[in-house]
Amino acid sequence: MTPDELTQWRDRAREAMAFRTDPAGAEGPLPDGTRRELLICAGGACISSGQPSVEDALRQALAKAGLEDTVRVVPTGCMGACSLGPLVRVMPDDVLYVHLAPEDTAAIVEEHLAGGEPVERLLYRPDEDAEPIARPADMPFFRHQQKVVLANCGLMNAESIDEYVGRDGYQALAKALTGMQPQDVIDTVLASGLRGRGGAGFPAGRKWQMLADAPGEEKYVICNADEGDPGAFMDRSILEGDPHRIVEAMTLAAYATGARKGYVYVRAEYPLAIRRLQLAIQEARRAGLLGRDILATAMTFGIEVRVGAGAFVCGEETALMASVLGQRGQPQPRPPYPTQSGLYGRPTIINNVETLANIPPIIRNGAEWFTGIGTEGSPGTKVFALAGKVNLTGLVEVPMGTRLREMVYEIGGGLPDGRAFKAAQTGGPSGGCIPAEHLDIALDFDSLQEVGSIMGSGGLIVMDEDSCMVDVARFFMEFCVEESCGKCPPCRVGTREMHALLTDICDGKADGETIAKLESLAEVVQSASLCGLGMTAPNPVLSTLRHFRDEYEAHVADRKCPAGVCRNLLTFTIDYDLCRGCRLCFRNCPTDTIFQVDGEKKYRIEQEGCIHCGTCFEVCPFGAVKRE
Amino acid sequence: MPQHERTGTDVSRALVDLNPPELAKFQQLEAACEYFDQSDEALIQILHRAQELFGYLRDDVIRFLAQRLRMPLSRVFGVVTFYSFFSTVPKGRYIVMVCTGTACYVRGADKVLEAFQKELGIEVGQTTVDGLFSLTTARCIGACGLAPVAMIGEDVHSALTPDKVKKVLKAYR
Repeated sequence: MTPDELTQWRDRAREAMAFRTDPAGAEGPLPDGTRRELLICAGGACISSGQPSVEDALRQALAKAGLEDTVRVVPTGCMGACSLGPLVRVMPDDVLYVHLAPEDTAAIVEEHLAGGEPVERLLYRPDEDAEPIARPADMPFFRHQQKVVLANCGLMNAESIDEYVGRDGYQALAKALTGMQPQDVIDTVLASGLRGRGGAGFPAGRKWQMLADAPGEEKYVICNADEGDPGAFMDRSILEGDPHRIVEAMTLAAYATGARKGYVYVRAEYPLAIRRLQLAIQEARRAGLLGRDILATAMTFGIEVRVGAGAFVCGEETALMASVLGQRGQPQPRPPYPTQSGLYGRPTIINNVETLANIPPIIRNGAEWFTGIGTEGSPGTKVFALAGKVNLTGLVEVPMGTRLREMVYEIGGGLPDGRAFKAAQTGGPSGGCIPAEHLDIALDFDSLQEVGSIMGSGGLIVMDEDSCMVDVARFFMEFCVEESCGKCPPCRVGTREMHALLTDICDGKADGETIAKLESLAEVVQSASLCGLGMTAPNPVLSTLRHFRDEYEAHVADRKCPAGVCRNLLTFTIDYDLCRGCRLCFRNCPTDTIFQVDGEKKYRIEQEGCIHCGTCFEVCPFGAVKRE
Repeated sequence: MPQHERTGTDVSRALVDLNPPELAKFQQLEAACEYFDQSDEALIQILHRAQELFGYLRDDVIRFLAQRLRMPLSRVFGVVTFYSFFSTVPKGRYIVMVCTGTACYVRGADKVLEAFQKELGIEVGQTTVDGLFSLTTARCIGACGLAPVAMIGEDVHSALTPDKVKKVLKAYR
């Protein structure tokens, strides 16, 4: 395939997708007679909330109405609004239907597709009394977003190379191979200021320059798709929704740096991503976009997929390389850095999925376009996985520097039941908690670091007053204890000891020195661990200590858990006046420590023997059980 | 330890004693080894295939692979035990995987897990007596928008509460 042929291919494919690329300008049927397209989100979340049966019902309804030849159903990658799924978007009308059940599809076909009237009851409403919103661009959830990395996710069939090409796919590669020297490509990435999206924020262009400058012929490019931070799933969505973008980006990296071979290291928990990526590699190879003589130039590059086997530490560069070679994923001391001595002892770069996903648009549109988005120190956009106690959850891509408040209240639609925001956790087990007083913080690499958290891979978890910050710190420490590979003692032993101290605090067994011990141990683990896992493991502790120290102190000094989470610190009592004597608590108490008040139709809890399980609190229909 | 175990058995001769379905599995595993050119780099990929075929990584399967890939048994065993995806004990027909990632945790995954334990009568890492269910936890299955979630086999069950657990399990019994 030559670059000219690619352009012709793109023009043909684009015409077939006109409803999606230019809904307003699309008139009449597409070349193949299609009059409408139904985009159905086949992202992980929608699949699990019933997309397959909705799609079946939709196809049946279309067949029944005789519309199967003029209405095309397109399963797409993740659209982002995970909590509203299953989702169907009708094009070119640009109407989004939410929370669909199989039985709703008949109405869409009859009323909307045949009758021409959108089905109001299936549209999104911000709340029950609000007017329905049909166009995604009018919904606050989408309006505040800017999609660069996710530009194709949710708008095309991830299993079709045609559709990727129709969305300017492989144009960046053609541009680089025909009009740019390898150094020009590196210079563009350098000038774009793109920073690594996997956590540390290292400038991608500098990494590429180091690999290009490294001596030797054999060099490797690795894509790190071992997305392990609990709460983050953007890499999965990119691989599942737009796999060719990663193939193209890796090929660009290879061209710029002189690498001949690439690996994608994907976690085994993502079978669909693995399958789609393998399919994309095959299709690209068949089309002459990968392999020998790429785009009829002298370039040769091949990509292999390596599947992980469930070890968080493999997200660390040196551990990842060991795992690619079929070994235990244990890290090595750095230096030497992978760009000096990586896979097989050869120079290697490792880029995260989201970082790579930025490359094709940067090459196509130029560095200046990219620096026009986001902030000076953090150009571009960032994809966040918004989750936790927030009304709308899902994948959200915003310009760097977007305020946390906007994220939680505009995009996320605030907290359920109007509850108060307590903290947002970013960066997973390597990150920290941002308290309410910093709600106006700009979400970019440097601002997050200033308040003691990190961008990490982009998990953003909203918490309300029901979350105990000591317990949150303990949760992340437990994660690190389990995931520590065991090679270096500061991490192996240190995380365990910190976990024990945190457990003491939660159980009410801490003394006046526990917090000080925790702090000094945190410093040791931070400075003496071998790799990033250990070095960042104390972050959740340090950041919660910094912003929620009073909560720690309440656990230690007053033996109280203000959030009502740490069971051993809770006391349950029955309010005499509110108790109606229904016996529900009495019957459900697992330790039989609830007794009838003598001669009355009232009950009381005997504190001795109470295991603070909270069952009585949960079953009481009258709110008579008090928890303190 | 018998002599032949220390020096290594002749793999092809040992296979003669197997019943046909077992033999077929070993042949498929053999094919996987060949597909990867008997390369030690592909150990993890081959172990995935082995677990797919046999359900878990039995002793004799691990020994077979060590011989085929010409590497010390300790190296294969070291990799098997390092990664949480590999299991050396049999698993139930359905793996119940309760996500305890951050988003699920914030939305009450611990109570859901408790409900599964109570309903199945087993702890995490165990298998029910009837061999139907194994209970495990996952760090995050990437369905945070639907928290709390659990996977049973390949199905994801979303927005779980302790009350829903019984009903969810019923479909598999």
